[in-house]
Amino acid sequence: MPKLVVKNIRKVFGTFEAVKDVSFQVEEKETLCLLGPSGCGKTTTLRIIAGLEVPTSGEVFVDGVLVNDVPPQKRQIGLVFQDYAIFPHLSVFENIAYGLRVRKMPEAQIERKVHETAALVDVEGILDVPGKKLGLSEMQRVAVGRSITLDPKLLLLDEPLSNIDAKARERMRAELGKLQKEIGIATVYVTHDQLEAMTLADRIAVMRNGLIEQIGTTSEIYDSARTLFVANFIGSPSMNLIDCELVYNEERAILKSEDFTLDITEFAERIRDKSKGKELVLGIRPENVSLDIEKPDPKAIEAEVQLVEPVGAKSIYHLKISGLTVLAKGYPMPEVNVSSKVWTTFNKDKLHLFDKKTEEAIA
Amino acid sequence: MVGLRLVNISKKAGKREILKNTSLEILDKELFVIAGPPGAGKTTLLKIIAGLIAPDEGEVYIGDQMVNSVPPGDRDVGMVFEVPPIYPNRTGFENIAFPLEIRKMNAESIKERVEEVAGLLQITHLLDRKPTTYSGGELQRVALARVLVRKPRLLLLDEPLKNLDAKIRERTRVELKRLQREFGITMVFSTHDQLEATAVGDRIAVINEGIVEQTGAPEKLYNSPKTVFAARFIGSPTMNFAECTLKQVGKRSVLDASYFNIDVTTRAHAIEREAMTSELLLGLRPEDITLLNSPANSKCFEGKVELVQNFGDERVVTIRVGKISLNSLTGKDRIFTCGQKVYVKFNEENAHVFYRKTGIAVM
Repeated sequence: MPKLVVKNIRKVFGTFEAVKDVSFQVEEKETLCLLGPSGCGKTTTLRIIAGLEVPTSGEVFVDGVLVNDVPPQKRQIGLVFQDYAIFPHLSVFENIAYGLRVRKMPEAQIERKVHETAALVDVEGILDVPGKKLGLSEMQRVAVGRSITLDPKLLLLDEPLSNIDAKARERMRAELGKLQKEIGIATVYVTHDQLEAMTLADRIAVMRNGLIEQIGTTSEIYDSARTLFVANFIGSPSMNLIDCELVYNEERAILKSEDFTLDITEFAERIRDKSKGKELVLGIRPENVSLDIEKPDPKAIEAEVQLVEPVGAKSIYHLKISGLTVLAKGYPMPEVNVSSKVWTTFNKDKLHLFDKKTEEAIA
Repeated sequence: MVGLRLVNISKKAGKREILKNTSLEILDKELFVIAGPPGAGKTTLLKIIAGLIAPDEGEVYIGDQMVNSVPPGDRDVGMVFEVPPIYPNRTGFENIAFPLEIRKMNAESIKERVEEVAGLLQITHLLDRKPTTYSGGELQRVALARVLVRKPRLLLLDEPLKNLDAKIRERTRVELKRLQREFGITMVFSTHDQLEATAVGDRIAVINEGIVEQTGAPEKLYNSPKTVFAARFIGSPTMNFAECTLKQVGKRSVLDASYFNIDVTTRAHAIEREAMTSELLLGLRPEDITLLNSPANSKCFEGKVELVQNFGDERVVTIRVGKISLNSLTGKDRIFTCGQKVYVKFNEENAHVFYRKTGIAVM
């Protein structure tokens, strides 16, 4: 049985429809990420699950039980907030014990439960330390620990890494990933950071304007984006999106944009009907655009390097193909500099095609 | 010539030393990045250049002129802050025109200059609108326009992209670099984000607790870090570190990290004698760690997969070798699962070594 079922949730604030019609479920031990830009409805959805917001319509089931009328504290849901909300004057022990004390659990039982939890989130050595003296990573572990003392059926995390600087975030992301695996509780995780979602989630629900655009594993979302929005939102740098049309020239199928043409005959057969007479958008991720100094094959496209961004092991190349800018990402090529002439090749196995009008993928 | 020189700058706030004997040389028309974690002294350094803070010790030169006693208004330096002060009741045009009006420029020239800058920054559509209707990225660009309209010789930007959404940040950093080139100005840019730093900077100074750890081009910092701090700060996923000692095994020089070792015989000539008797720290970039399914015929070490992070086009696989966790960066075509046994092979040529005590590179 799924640990969480969200069914046709809708939420209206005055005249603003924050959540239009959202449905999904989370299985046992699964982490589902609600991902989207600010204003997409992800936080409202989370607050509805937690019981902090009442949906205008729709149902929420936790572990098979309809909880629409159950108050937040009785939903058996653990919550971790953006700023962790650690009590600064209380020790780590008391921070973790807080929920148990509120429920007036006997002291011996509290003692046992706190130690059990502390072992799980690895804060046994600092139980006496006051909240205000904790480092970021410790705060994160205490916050997660506190949220699981009451053996929740479901864990909700609201942008737990968003206020942390880039370097610390990288470390905390990995730590949170390990922690989740150890705890093994079904989790809903809200974020606007696509990298965080890709690395932490079993499945991602990409949201936009109060609706889920696509739901799937990281690989499904990354490799088979179903809409232009998802294609553009996932991945850094973003997927190259180029307006074009498909024309059939005798036996060949040619993608024509204003700036170049691309023979996609092998690829075109299966989309022949779907693409007929439509304005198309060609999508290709920067890592699937390759660069060569010498012309590698007669169909390679000539380009000029506009900008090189070294980003560690790889570099991002901004290429000008006539009037168009295309990004390529690959291992650094010391001989390639700004203004260099290069030859680009698109990996045809990795092409995406979208209908410009409906914004939906056709291949 | 609008180069910039900082010579032995020190600054205290109460008892805390914010900058400790900091020296920097920034070249004419260079895009120079000051990168470091929060609290490293980045903003103080920029304010000292702008003349908004006086250093306790040291000298600031703009071009050939020592400017310690030159007031900010006469330094011909533009500065854009993290949160730009924009007048909410004035339109975009009025905000941008303001610095020129103070200088009593005639209306026609003002209009011309404002429109030129707005065109370059692609904010012409904001000229008639008031700031309350702007997005974060638009606000930032209007603030930038207001500084650029004066055509300063030197432009200082304090974490200009910090408050922008990930996607807009990616785009804006490219725009800033393009503008810097087109205007031919010297730009100093601060950031806590190492990826941003290497992507935009011609050269970068990595600073930590008021001390310049290393200055150099992005590739230099990435490939030849001079200190552990610089090595750890630049690059994501972060470089792996393991405590080790240098041993002579017959004719071979080997870095022994207890659970694995790295042969550095080919580079032995570059290793200082002192390293033989010192405690050392081995540094390995994630892309220099390869995972094999079987030991094959090569030198490798057995490990176990602890965590897999999916980055879309790449995977970061955390492996446990003995008591050491290592991150390996691999392509997307191979599948790893937690608990799986793997064999770890190192690209020994690219190993880094530091003195554990001082954090300084051995070779």
